[in-house]
Amino acid sequence: MTSELLVQYLLSGITIGSVYAIVAIGFNIIYNATGIINFAQGEFVMLGGMLAISCLPFMPLLLAVICAVAATALIGALLHFCFFRWLQAPSVLRMIVITIGLSILIREAALMIWGEQVRALPHFTGNEISSIRILGAYLSPQVLWVLGTAAVIVLVLSLFFARTRVGRAMRACAANPTAATLCGINAQAMVTIAFMLSAAIGALAGCVVSPMTQTQYDSGTSLAIKGFTVAILGGLGNSTGAAVAGLLLGVTEALAVSILPVAYKDVIAISLLLIALAVRPTGLFTARAAGALKEF
Amino acid sequence: MPGRYTPLLILSALVVGLQLATAATGTSYYLTQLTMTAYYTLVVVGLCILMGYAGQISLGHAGFFAIGGYTTAFLTTFNLAPHAQQPVAALLLRTGLAVSGRDLYGAALTTLHPGLAFLCALALAAGVAVLIGIPVLRLKGHYLAMATLGFGLIVYRVVLGTPALGAADGLSDVPAFVLAPGVKIAGGAAGRIANYYAAWGLVILGALLVLNLMHSRAGRALAAIHGNEAAAQALGINTAAFKLRLFVFSAILAAAAGALLTHYTGGIGPSEAGIMKSVRYVAIVAVGGMANLWGTIGASALLNFLSLRGYFGIYDDAVFGGCLVGMMLFAPQGLRARATFDRLRAWVRGRRRT
Amino acid sequence: MRINRVIRLTALAMGIVRASTAMAEDQTPVKIGAIFAVTGPAANLGAPEARTAEMLVETLNATGGLQGHKIKLIVKDSGGNPEKAVSFAKQLIEEEKVFAIIGPSTSGETMKIKNICEEAGTLLISCAAAESIVNPLAHQVFKTPQKDSDAVRRIFQQMQKMKIAKIAVTSSNTGFGKAGKEQLEKIAPEFGIAIAVSDVYEKEATDLSSVVTKIKAADVQAVVNWSIEPAQSILAKNMRQLGLTIPLFQSHGFGNIRYVKAAGAAAEGIIFPAGRLLVADVLPGAHPQKAVLQKYAREYQARFQEEASTFGGHAYDALLILAKAMETAGTDRAKLPAAVEGLKGLIGTAGVFNFSATDHNGLDIGAFEMLTVKDGKFTVLND
Repeated sequence: MTSELLVQYLLSGITIGSVYAIVAIGFNIIYNATGIINFAQGEFVMLGGMLAISCLPFMPLLLAVICAVAATALIGALLHFCFFRWLQAPSVLRMIVITIGLSILIREAALMIWGEQVRALPHFTGNEISSIRILGAYLSPQVLWVLGTAAVIVLVLSLFFARTRVGRAMRACAANPTAATLCGINAQAMVTIAFMLSAAIGALAGCVVSPMTQTQYDSGTSLAIKGFTVAILGGLGNSTGAAVAGLLLGVTEALAVSILPVAYKDVIAISLLLIALAVRPTGLFTARAAGALKEF
Repeated sequence: MPGRYTPLLILSALVVGLQLATAATGTSYYLTQLTMTAYYTLVVVGLCILMGYAGQISLGHAGFFAIGGYTTAFLTTFNLAPHAQQPVAALLLRTGLAVSGRDLYGAALTTLHPGLAFLCALALAAGVAVLIGIPVLRLKGHYLAMATLGFGLIVYRVVLGTPALGAADGLSDVPAFVLAPGVKIAGGAAGRIANYYAAWGLVILGALLVLNLMHSRAGRALAAIHGNEAAAQALGINTAAFKLRLFVFSAILAAAAGALLTHYTGGIGPSEAGIMKSVRYVAIVAVGGMANLWGTIGASALLNFLSLRGYFGIYDDAVFGGCLVGMMLFAPQGLRARATFDRLRAWVRGRRRT
Repeated sequence: MRINRVIRLTALAMGIVRASTAMAEDQTPVKIGAIFAVTGPAANLGAPEARTAEMLVETLNATGGLQGHKIKLIVKDSGGNPEKAVSFAKQLIEEEKVFAIIGPSTSGETMKIKNICEEAGTLLISCAAAESIVNPLAHQVFKTPQKDSDAVRRIFQQMQKMKIAKIAVTSSNTGFGKAGKEQLEKIAPEFGIAIAVSDVYEKEATDLSSVVTKIKAADVQAVVNWSIEPAQSILAKNMRQLGLTIPLFQSHGFGNIRYVKAAGAAAEGIIFPAGRLLVADVLPGAHPQKAVLQKYAREYQARFQEEASTFGGHAYDALLILAKAMETAGTDRAKLPAAVEGLKGLIGTAGVFNFSATDHNGLDIGAFEMLTVKDGKFTVLND
């Protein structure tokens, strides 16, 4: 393989890997706040894209994206209010099952509202055939948008959780809800914010990849599966781990295409997941003991 | 007769009664959907006890169904005739384990005997269940859910991506399976009644096995595990072994259902291994009640029958999604028919006394 | 006198009763069953097919129905699941006692119900493309989409004109993709074309840049893609973004303007064989298909606010064939298959159908026109 080809594979791997990473980070936020794995996370990505496309005829692209992100965040908050907030000490099993049901309902609702046709946002800069050359490999300018957005999200989130009051309050709730409540933090409000945040970044990811991957009512499902594969590989609750694992998985899949038939690409992700679960469930980057501590 | 067998007798009576009713009203065509429903119910009979009694969620049970169905379909449609000279094939033919005949278009066809294929299907499912059960059952909560989901996905990808298994089109022209003289598991209006009783008979057999399991020593141990695994281990119960045994048992039931349904419909497609199918089974167990065998059988009969008749139209998936959400939110123990019945009985008794 | 009047009145009454009974007999609707994948992974196929079928049935009923009988269309959504297709087929045949069945949308489902319909003596006009639906032949089973092998041959003919001898083949892991790949690999040697890379991707694939990289490494002269999913557009975009400028051929699954819109500038120059529905407006006025095509395209667009696609056209053709066959067979089910086999020169959306006892598809390579995309629109390829 020439170095150009290698760079090409790496780039396509990093592109899709950053999408996985964003979805996984979304999982982690809700997991840290509630202990739930939100199977509906993929649907937030789909909703972001769909809503932006629906808003587009009425406003410029940037505004449409902002509206879509805001609307999806609201939907996230609504989900928490209607389905989780008033449950008393639910079991993990129950929570998982509810989120699966919710993801199905959201998907079917999207089918009813938007139909089965495929749609896409226009490219943010350039168009469908614009191409930039980097180190001998070609990529679409949209890829830079995806990578940039992913990096910005990770950065902003880490600043949010480290520096802002709300962020620190959320971390406190994740670490020890009782103690946090005793300190005067409204635990339920923190969970709602977690849902909103998770939905927002999912929606943003959905908007920024829509020009490349196109959006359809069932786009969310496969992303969700890859997303929590990455979340588990990186260690549930560990966002940095998720980012690294996401990129690793993306690159592995891309490189595998050069030797294996493309059809087995998905099998790689699932096999890695099963091996990880069998051997090291707390993830590649989290020490066993640290796995019990929930850190954003 | 111990009281625990009473619901079994009621179920048997209902099964017979339903068939007679359809015969009397000339609506025997319902038996088709009822037979298919029975096979899907067999899957949830196993899943119910796994989820309810051992607390193990399985989001990939459709994988075992598919393993059963695809194994039978493949072995009974793979033509050995071109290889008839080779020692293994010749041996199979001589011992009657392979059958010769002609396919629908007149060409010579030699395949494995459906009975042998059925046993292979069950064996493969059991083997796979042991293989993945040992590492996976150690996990808890969402890790277990993810692992079973992953298993289901792998089975789906394998059957979808393998040309020998028909890839996206699946396998068809699966021959009939003669279970016993006069009982031929196949489509066709002539064998409708026999097939109906065979299918529900299997469900009743499965329920009987489950009942005996629940009331045996092993079953009481399982109830203990479900209560508190650490305590159960402290009492010297080998929890890992029991959970594995249960997992394998439910996998075998699912594979049996898959194999026989494949004979009944004459084929199988990759959608049977899909995640939506697994989710449906879980939804049905949720509606019926996690440890409630009879509720689950009832819920399965109702929901599958309506779905197979197209009652839910384009909202089919949404209905099951709604069931999941609704049940888990409001009635995590399932539709507590028993509790309601008990309350009703107590109220009636109370009224009588005054 | 009074007796005469009574007799006359009685005769009149009897006449009225007989006439109204006759009218009541004409009122018994003809039940037609339809199994489509309206939701689920094959919704791209089944949803337009279901909409088209309902639209056409309404139009027919408004003009008196078929042979004076109103049509009652019973649409069942199989979601692409073969076991549901089996259950619905049996339900439609045994319970609803339908006159004929149109659909299903996918080949996998059709193969599962082929024997059921054959044994039950119910006509089945499938909207799925697999060759194995009509070969081996079953008396009751027909299909409306064109032959994959014809599409492949057209593509290879075009390649020969363009002096292309080394290609890459990509297809999706659906029944449609699988069938196309088989035909491509089977027929390529006839035209002296070598397939250097042949890869199957998942239908949900959202990024094919790694596949394109593989193709770049193989140094081929053209790419043939065979799928019906949005991935068709994604491949086009990825190819151009990665600087691969060789010609891209698509299958007749590309026949939906949405895929062109999705691919935007990357769609320019894509070559594919398709039924003439997509270029109905630019056909010469004397072309036999023009009227039918324009009518369907305009009605569909007006009713559903979206462009007609070739998939919906398959359902249109199925009903058209049924309607035409009933002109010969009336409401006698036993006569239907022979009536369909006798249809010649029937103008449909996919082409002009000529059925026979050995040809249950009725379309040949002439059904295809080589189209290309220019300025975001479908046009006929001129070379």
